[in-house]
Amino acid sequence: MIPEIGQFALILALSLAICQAVVPLVGAHRGDTGMMRVARTAATGQFLFIAVSFACLIWAFLSDEFSVLYVANHSQLSLPTLYKVSAVWGAHEGSLLMWILILAAWTLAVASFSSDLPEAFAARVIGVLGLLSVGFLLFAILTSNPFERLVPAAADGGDLNPLLQDPGLAIHPPLLYIGYVGFSVAFAFAIAAMLSGDLDRTWARWTRPWTTLAWMFLTLGIALGSWWAYYELGWGGWWFWDAVENASFMPWLIGTALIHSLAVTEKRGLFKSWTLLLAITAFSLSLLGTFLVRSGIIVSVHAFATDPTRGFFILTFLAIVVVGALVLYAWRAPALDSDVGFGLLSRETFLLLNNVLLVVATALVLIGTLSPLVIEMATGGKISIGPPWFNAAFLVPTIPLVILVGMGMHTAWRTQSASPWLRTLRFPAIAALVLGVVIPLFVYGRASILLVVGCAAAAWIVIMALIPIVRALRRERGAAGITRSVVGMSVAHLGVGLFVLGVTVVSAFGVESDRALSPGESIEVAGYEFEMKGLSNVKGPNFSAIEAEIEIRKDAAYVATVRPQKRQYLVQQSLMTEAGIHAGLDKDLFVALGDQLGNGSWSVRIQYKPLIRFIWLGALVMALGGLIAISDRRYRVRERKEAKAAGAAAEAPA
Amino acid sequence: MKPRQQRMLAVGLAALGIAIAAGLTLRAFQDNMMFFVEISDVAAGNYPKERNFRIGGLVVSGSLQRQEGSLDVSFDVTDTACSVPVVYTGVLPDLFREGQGVVAHGRLDNDGVFKADKIMAKHDEDYMAPEVADSLAKHVQDKAKAVPTGGPECESNDS
Repeated sequence: MIPEIGQFALILALSLAICQAVVPLVGAHRGDTGMMRVARTAATGQFLFIAVSFACLIWAFLSDEFSVLYVANHSQLSLPTLYKVSAVWGAHEGSLLMWILILAAWTLAVASFSSDLPEAFAARVIGVLGLLSVGFLLFAILTSNPFERLVPAAADGGDLNPLLQDPGLAIHPPLLYIGYVGFSVAFAFAIAAMLSGDLDRTWARWTRPWTTLAWMFLTLGIALGSWWAYYELGWGGWWFWDAVENASFMPWLIGTALIHSLAVTEKRGLFKSWTLLLAITAFSLSLLGTFLVRSGIIVSVHAFATDPTRGFFILTFLAIVVVGALVLYAWRAPALDSDVGFGLLSRETFLLLNNVLLVVATALVLIGTLSPLVIEMATGGKISIGPPWFNAAFLVPTIPLVILVGMGMHTAWRTQSASPWLRTLRFPAIAALVLGVVIPLFVYGRASILLVVGCAAAAWIVIMALIPIVRALRRERGAAGITRSVVGMSVAHLGVGLFVLGVTVVSAFGVESDRALSPGESIEVAGYEFEMKGLSNVKGPNFSAIEAEIEIRKDAAYVATVRPQKRQYLVQQSLMTEAGIHAGLDKDLFVALGDQLGNGSWSVRIQYKPLIRFIWLGALVMALGGLIAISDRRYRVRERKEAKAAGAAAEAPA
Repeated sequence: MKPRQQRMLAVGLAALGIAIAAGLTLRAFQDNMMFFVEISDVAAGNYPKERNFRIGGLVVSGSLQRQEGSLDVSFDVTDTACSVPVVYTGVLPDLFREGQGVVAHGRLDNDGVFKADKIMAKHDEDYMAPEVADSLAKHVQDKAKAVPTGGPECESNDS
């Protein structure tokens, strides 16, 4: 019964979504306030019904309702409760429902916090979001119904893929989706601006916090995915240039460009049509990512089972959204551009370069990801593009990018005179160069051109980012401080610096070694001694495992004991490696069990990963920067003022 | 700067960036492109010489051999028509099993042995790398129809 309620709620949500799309858009076109007001009500209703539907699916998992096909395929009686919940979004149907829920939640958030927007504009934004929701609800109902029954019901389920039975992966997809779907808000703002033909600096101020929020979640989601791949896949890498990783990375790159371009549009009223184009692209790339994951046309860890109908549906939807948005863009955007100028040496120039480089970086990732498909279609040859290509190609735009970041932060809007600018940059530049040589040579004992460039660039950004933060802290009492926007920007850039440092050091000085090891034996890797003390059998709720106890020593002094496991999951009979990791800010020591080699010994993969934590720490700091920027006063003061005015207006007729 | 000049600057920079990127991309592409070669083609000698490529198929049951205490393994991979011996040194992926799908990166040495530097097994029960699935389906079909594939007769080598 309850699954049917879920299904029914989904259909009701579709009808409300149609309402939410059509009525306010027509109302905004005609200037009919009554029709425009439908937007918020419909959005609230739609969210409620989708939430009911989602709750029904969670209920089906928690109560082991194996008469529902999706539950029977992806859950199991002895699965721990946390993973029964996360199994809801562990495969296609459920994760699509979660996507829809998140879209509805964003819409509700826009509806609730848009009291300062003109009525017609808010109606258009919510209407466009409604249109997107219609597309996804149709997709779910027509091709991927999570509530489909299984007759006769199964006695027990087929279990969740053991790879997904991990707390990190329970929250990775929701965060990633919040980010992905969040770009739909920026998209809706862009479409609404083009429909109304009005795009001014206020528009950019409305759009900015939403975009930054979505970007923040996407940053966290990607970082969490990378961290999960590191410890759970047992490979010890943190980024594989896997097609689906790329699919989430491309919207992030464009989203980053969009945030910077919006800054110019808000401060100076420039780059308007470019900003619109980026907003459209960011969301289109999110959709493209969905297509790549759902259609199974690409070889990847993440790709769900192949289903051509789903791939076809999402491709059609993508085509409609992209073509529709671009036609509107071609028609309306030329009228929007303004004739304000800026100096050659100005923050605008740096942000322009930032955008060009980020777009080039995105294009490279896109080429690398799609070229195997294109070549297969054109010639029938099946090729793959390896990580070495991505690693090399990606450096081309990113090295100048990180160097320019440090300069752009300290350049004035409109025009900057050269001599004080050079004076500001001089000392940090020298310090960064010195650090760039010192860090690799004296801390890690080796240097090369690329290493010096990487470390110097990281030090450069860190120093330049710290200057405004230190200033803001010093000025705390007394004079007008530095705005949260500036602090947020600096903190985010500090995160970039930490990230660059982590990547440079770990890729140059990381050690990875596959060795044979038997109980009582010890081997040396990267100056550390790894001794296998013994092996034991352990039991988990739904797996049994062999656990090794490995003691790590350096110069005969005890460092840590790690316990890597080889797990056998009972239902799917699949093997899983749980790495033993001794984590530290300065380095990780990583041990994973491979196979039994006969004679009592095991193959083990041992890794020494210096500064790898800086990679995720950097991402975390970037996201924190976004959060600080969103909390800037100007977004709230305005809201409160408007809310007061709206309150007064509402009282008047009463 | 005048808006017109701005636009010229933007376009100029974009064009320059794209040109550099495109140039480097194309050069690096050549070196990093890895072809997927069907096992029957490998057996027939149609594979890229002196460079890495990928093969994929099923691990032949009973072919997995390992020297005690060593990381060296060897096994045969088949597309159901032909098979190729593969050697590898290192840790095999968790999902590697006899009779299951596998993809290997590496190159063929002069003795017709595929020296793998990377082994990837399928990631879950429902999933098989599309190119492997295609290759298997093709050869299973050919067998069912009992039509000579035009390639070498490999069945005799297998038994």
